[in-house]
Amino acid sequence: MPKALDAIAALRGKWSGVTDRASLDQPAINVPAADLLAVLGFLKQEQGFDMLADVSGIDWSPGVSPRFTVVYHLLSTTDHEYVRVAVDCPSDTLPEVPSAVGLWQGANWHEREAFDMFGIRFSGHPDLRRILMWDGYPHFPLRKDFPLAGVDTLLPDLEVVAETKTNAIAAPMAGGPFVAASGGINMTNAEPRAKDESWNERRPKPGS
Amino acid sequence: MPVEHIFPDSASRNAQGEFETEKMSLSMGPSHPSTHGVLRLQMELDGEIVTKADPVVGYLHRGDEKIAENMTYNQFVPYTDRLDYLAPLANNMAYAIAVEKLAKLEVPARCQAIRVITAELARISAHMMGLGAFGIDVGAWTVFLYSFTEREKLYKLFEELTGARFTTSYSRIGGVSRDIPAGWTDRVNAFCDQFLPILEEILSLLTRNRIFTDRTVGIGVISREDAVNFGLTGPNLRASGVPLDLRKDKPYSGYEQYDFDVAVGTKGDAYDRYLVRGEEMRQSVRIIKQAIAKLPGGKWYAEDARKIFAPPKEKVLTSMEELIQNFMLVTEGPQMPAGEVYFEAENPKGALGFYVVSKGGGVPYRLKIRAPSFCNLSILPKVCVGAMVSDVVSILGSLDFVMGECDR
Repeated sequence: MPKALDAIAALRGKWSGVTDRASLDQPAINVPAADLLAVLGFLKQEQGFDMLADVSGIDWSPGVSPRFTVVYHLLSTTDHEYVRVAVDCPSDTLPEVPSAVGLWQGANWHEREAFDMFGIRFSGHPDLRRILMWDGYPHFPLRKDFPLAGVDTLLPDLEVVAETKTNAIAAPMAGGPFVAASGGINMTNAEPRAKDESWNERRPKPGS
Repeated sequence: MPVEHIFPDSASRNAQGEFETEKMSLSMGPSHPSTHGVLRLQMELDGEIVTKADPVVGYLHRGDEKIAENMTYNQFVPYTDRLDYLAPLANNMAYAIAVEKLAKLEVPARCQAIRVITAELARISAHMMGLGAFGIDVGAWTVFLYSFTEREKLYKLFEELTGARFTTSYSRIGGVSRDIPAGWTDRVNAFCDQFLPILEEILSLLTRNRIFTDRTVGIGVISREDAVNFGLTGPNLRASGVPLDLRKDKPYSGYEQYDFDVAVGTKGDAYDRYLVRGEEMRQSVRIIKQAIAKLPGGKWYAEDARKIFAPPKEKVLTSMEELIQNFMLVTEGPQMPAGEVYFEAENPKGALGFYVVSKGGGVPYRLKIRAPSFCNLSILPKVCVGAMVSDVVSILGSLDFVMGECDR
């Protein structure tokens, strides 16, 4: 992949904060939040990575710092190469990075999704609303401290709640998740909730 | 005698509020036949012209990414069926390749070829559905009946191969769940032979149909720049003139061995998107025929990948080694190295991507699904503005999205 590696070499000369990121496939870099837009703009305009393929949030678990990372996958539609750009959110409690909507309109929904699922804010985003969950939903479901079963929440329409006396309840897990502890590897490190039995037949569900 | 004009000057007519126009807000969906599932469009209309369109998605949100973090890699395969549920075989393959990339695992050539055949059959099936539904949306019922007949034949083939018509769960990490049955490739070939003339017949119902062209030509034009800017992929991107096809440009699963053309549109309107899908089906048939003609022998799973692929059942029941291997795989999942990979496959709807972050072991730490329908729909606020309400139906039909994938 000469093109992507060239681009990264060129980047490194311009921004000293850019570091290599461990990756099993395409070239990847870590970028400080302050340089994010400049780096993405450089990759888009000067290096031909013209398509924003994906934006993902990652939660590295409560207590880990930096806790939140946003990962951008860029694709060049002419050279057909990917590059991965990762930025750690400076704050663990109020994660915020600059929005890339000014560079790609397509970032709009991706960033709304990361906000919806992780609570990562994107400064400068024109319309940062929830997208998959309903407006006013109080939690961030893909955070690691959110249980797989979900938590009891009021339905969005309070009139319906008053009329039907129902709300969104946590899912019955029936003893799941069904992942056994591994012999060689500590599952609690690999996946904090893999042995989560905070609610099953023997223990009452949280919040009840 | 002068008559009394109640509007002394023409400007005061509107000032008095007599003929003041008011924008109307219209909520289309989530249960609307043209929204193909549970998309809702919150629109603002000036007469019959759309002045603002805000898609509301998430009605089918099941939290697939959260679920993936809580089960082994193999256990997630059935969930991939339910992303783009019109082409589950293609999703199974994309997911398996992403995880195999993480494991640095090469599957045998026979497995690759089988996956290519199934993915292209899935493409035909998905495009048949897309075309049929698009036809209904713009008033051509007949197409739907023809295309569903063809899908039924495909489902028979899928059922024979995988045991299920709809939710196939055919791929495993490191292979496919079973080898192709005897005589199946002949039946696929026979299907392809009878399918080509029927495809021409179906397309001839639309291509020069006056009603169809009136409702699609010049409607929902997406420029080349916008298509790239919004991250459109698949037929929707190619209809706008960008010849990006991951099967050609980033070949995976042995696509580089097959000879096929990439259909590219010129105008980027709804009609171009229809034409591109039609041509893609012809090319899929070409790929399937080549793949069957040179289908390699050998195993359909990576035999050496003992910590990843489950051994054959008869060996599990007779041999200690395989029993342990099977037990470890079921309880702990396929053992993966730590690291992160991103893989996109050219699915019927566009580039389906999986971003896998692993800390080792049998469970992904984070699995992000890049859904092509999600990205394709994000252009709606731009492309719907200025269109008539009836054009919105045509635009939605031509974008050919699946909400199961968009909402995940």
